[in-house]
Amino acid sequence: MGIRFIIMVNKQGQTRLAQYYEYLTIEERRALEGEIVRKCLSRNDNQCSFVEHRNYKIVYRRYASLFFMVGVDNEENELAILEFIHLLVETMDRHFGNVCELDIMFHLEKVHFMLEEMVMNGCIVETSKPNILTPVQLIDKTS
Amino acid sequence: MNPFSSGTRLRDMIRAIRACKTAAEERAVVRKECAAIRAAINENDNDYRHRNLAKLMFIHMLGYPTHFGQMECLKLIASPGFPEKRIGYLGLMLLLDERQEVLMLVTNSLKQDLNHINQYIVGLALCALGNICSAEMARDLAPEVERLLQFRDPNIRKKAALCSIRIIKKVPDLAENFINPATSLLREKHHGVLITGVQLCTDLCKISTEALEHIRKKCTEGLVRTLKDLANSPYSPEYDIAGITDPFLHIRLLKLLRVLGEGDADASDAMNDILAQVATKTESNKVAGNAILYECVQTIMSIEDNGGLRVLAINILGRFLSNRDNNIRYVALNMLMKAVTADAQAVQRHRSTILECVKDSDASIRKRALELVYVLVNETNVKPLAKELIDYLEVSDLDFRGDLTAKICSIVAKFSPEKIWYIDQMLKVLSEAGNFVRDEVWHALVVVISNASELHGYTVRSLYRAFQTSAEQETLVRVTVWCIGEYGDFLVNNVGMLDIEDPITVTESDAVDVVEIAIKRHASDLTTKAMALVALLKLSSRFPSCSERIKEIIVQFKGSLVLELQQRAIEFNSVISKHQNIRSTLVERMPVLDEATFIGRRAGSLPSAASTTTAPSVNLPNGVAKPVAPLVDLLDLSSDDAPAPSSSGGDLLHDLLGVDLSPASQSGAGQSSKKGTDVLLDLLSIGSPADQGNSSAVDILSSNSSNKAPDSSLDDLSSISLSSRTTSNAAPMMDLLDGFAPSPPQTENNGPVYPSITAFESSSLRLTFNFSKEPGNPQATVIQATFMNLSSNTYTDFVFQAAVPKFLQLHLDPASSNTLPASGDGSITQSLKVTNSQHGKKSIVMRIRIAYKINGKDTLEEGQINNFPRDL
Repeated sequence: MGIRFIIMVNKQGQTRLAQYYEYLTIEERRALEGEIVRKCLSRNDNQCSFVEHRNYKIVYRRYASLFFMVGVDNEENELAILEFIHLLVETMDRHFGNVCELDIMFHLEKVHFMLEEMVMNGCIVETSKPNILTPVQLIDKTS
Repeated sequence: MNPFSSGTRLRDMIRAIRACKTAAEERAVVRKECAAIRAAINENDNDYRHRNLAKLMFIHMLGYPTHFGQMECLKLIASPGFPEKRIGYLGLMLLLDERQEVLMLVTNSLKQDLNHINQYIVGLALCALGNICSAEMARDLAPEVERLLQFRDPNIRKKAALCSIRIIKKVPDLAENFINPATSLLREKHHGVLITGVQLCTDLCKISTEALEHIRKKCTEGLVRTLKDLANSPYSPEYDIAGITDPFLHIRLLKLLRVLGEGDADASDAMNDILAQVATKTESNKVAGNAILYECVQTIMSIEDNGGLRVLAINILGRFLSNRDNNIRYVALNMLMKAVTADAQAVQRHRSTILECVKDSDASIRKRALELVYVLVNETNVKPLAKELIDYLEVSDLDFRGDLTAKICSIVAKFSPEKIWYIDQMLKVLSEAGNFVRDEVWHALVVVISNASELHGYTVRSLYRAFQTSAEQETLVRVTVWCIGEYGDFLVNNVGMLDIEDPITVTESDAVDVVEIAIKRHASDLTTKAMALVALLKLSSRFPSCSERIKEIIVQFKGSLVLELQQRAIEFNSVISKHQNIRSTLVERMPVLDEATFIGRRAGSLPSAASTTTAPSVNLPNGVAKPVAPLVDLLDLSSDDAPAPSSSGGDLLHDLLGVDLSPASQSGAGQSSKKGTDVLLDLLSIGSPADQGNSSAVDILSSNSSNKAPDSSLDDLSSISLSSRTTSNAAPMMDLLDGFAPSPPQTENNGPVYPSITAFESSSLRLTFNFSKEPGNPQATVIQATFMNLSSNTYTDFVFQAAVPKFLQLHLDPASSNTLPASGDGSITQSLKVTNSQHGKKSIVMRIRIAYKINGKDTLEEGQINNFPRDL
């Protein structure tokens, strides 16, 4: 199991999406998110995108005001995760059209559906954007 | 629609939350929404169930508890429509986890949905199962998942594959059922199925050796072919990332090949060509390409040795390491760490670059590089590497210094070629970053110094020099003080001069200066000051000319507020002024500390250490018989050991000084005073065994207190100072503690003395407080409360309650009784412990309530106490 959690946080450090692939209590989550956000947001652009925290390695990437943070274990390929974050953003872009923080807030469940199609139990399921989006858009048609 | 449902749409709730300016406002909005959702749940509101759940997910994301919505998820899952199920399953995955029992209820719904005719619903169920399934569910649903691995739609097969991973991890016994279906997935063309199938095979190989053998034999060739096809595949827009087709699949394939190639020459052979191709042909100007190269290098380093490939891999890493992109350098360092075991020589070649990375501005890179340097160090390169690191210590970031210091100390201790080099390096570290050095490290240094008899003079002179420039480093000060105490005469007389040294002129009074600075320095902590006092005592004998001056310094600490220091000062003062005849034997040099024992104790083997530590005090070289041996105890480690099993393994020096520096531990306080008595009794060599004398003293005290309540400050062993206790029952000690009158011990020599106060008085009741401080913890005050009945009725069911503001912490011990006899004919005592976090800034205040019954009738008295002494 490579990916332990995926968090999206804005510049103010407010969580916009959190998906965990291992069990943490709500207090642990809040604490963890706070610690990670503090660590990552204080780094500048020249520093590398990897931060070690507790027994996680956080791979993060910034898009405008949003930070995407993926917690992985030691086995995972950090560069691939970096590329994965980009894939996620591109997928959201294709769905929402120039995705922004508000899209994620107001369509939280959609983003979760997309994530569900891409990652399951911490492993990557699908990397093709059309394949990811077909089931997600299906629900729009039916409802 | 139900009147209690707030009826706000999800969108409106999110807007409301966004509009919140403060966390408190947000909490209020969330509370209101949660209340509405609960109401809707109680109403069993069907129409808005999925909207409510969507709201709950948002609230959950913000970090509020949402357990009350769990049952709603199950209801939605059980409903027939796809949209409801969709949101229900999402809620299931977000709000629940495998530890909750509610989950058992969902097994049936899952089973139905796994067999549903609508493949999207099957997909939902698989996804949920893959994310949250527990061992029981795994057993129940494994056959369904196994069947779905052969489902016609590839989107179901890929999810079934990942679901299988979860199942075999939960129940490894089931692994063999999945081997055949898993290997057939490897022949697929669909990337989703391939990537998940490869992942499933990788996990199977980790769980079962049978699977590993099978897949190695049957699939290696196929996998190599798949990777080759993928690497050579023409542009495919669906999977293209920066000109590479599906780098994620590349990486998964390389990972599985690594598992298969590890420890198997044939399999490794089969994949050599394709690895060479990937390593040479992959473009390295984009992240995706580098990710593949990185994975490829890992595989090459792990599989069976092939010289050519290894060279290729190490070259790629070299290129990575000199890359300007920090991400690439980070993974290079990471990879080199793994490559060290395979090919240390090749990694050593990059040593200078790695050393540069230790000094990088990026904390993540520094950390990786430091760890790498740490494993690269060996006997041959320790000197230059340690020098580089120590030089860098000077300019390093504060938050990195702790790590760096620990690593340097560990390297130096592990690989030091000779003692003098070790001592030199440690002194440098202590002077640069002494405040970051952990206790066991400088304890170890002292042990080494003590063992290097030919270097005593050199060491103490070096320390003296270092102290002149770095007196702010606590641990350096401690080691210096200890060494000057032990070897001060070497310092003054330039004894044992080495060729490399410049002679220095230090007078006796210069040496005393150092100790005086250390003891008077404001920032010095208790340990340092206590060590300085011992050093002074020793110097008073080594330097007779300074004896008077030393005595003056010591005398100043007779009034110290810290019990430990006060006690030492009083004892040492007596030794200096009254016991000239034994002083020189008393303060002889410490016997050489036993390195083996120290190492043993560091390893935490306390029992064995305890038995061995008795040895040194017995074979003392000083040859003076009984009266002196216990004296050595004062400075040695043996006698304190047995009664203090709580003291941590590494605290050789603490024991050595007879200090119990853990005032926080509950037993500590009692023990420390007990130990103190031991030492004192020993010091005077009272005929009876120390232990016995001591325990009887305690008995006397405790019985005393129960009879005579007004004197009850005595019964609190933790608060009472040693000197008061000994005066009250050990007559032979009088001369040691001269100046103290034998009678009322509890007031004048109680260290910091606070007058008792009448905290509360009414017509029927009087409450007095006596105060005492815990040694070493100025924030804590122990209050002995004494209740006196002023009326002629007996009070029963007597209960005393107290409340304090937030900056205080209050701990109430049980009262001595709950019946208070009439007319002052007896009293109840109760001790309270107050910890003042604003010590020195605010004084204590307390509100009290006293409840009791007079002839069965309830009476209540309340009041506030403001007349506490100011500096408690």
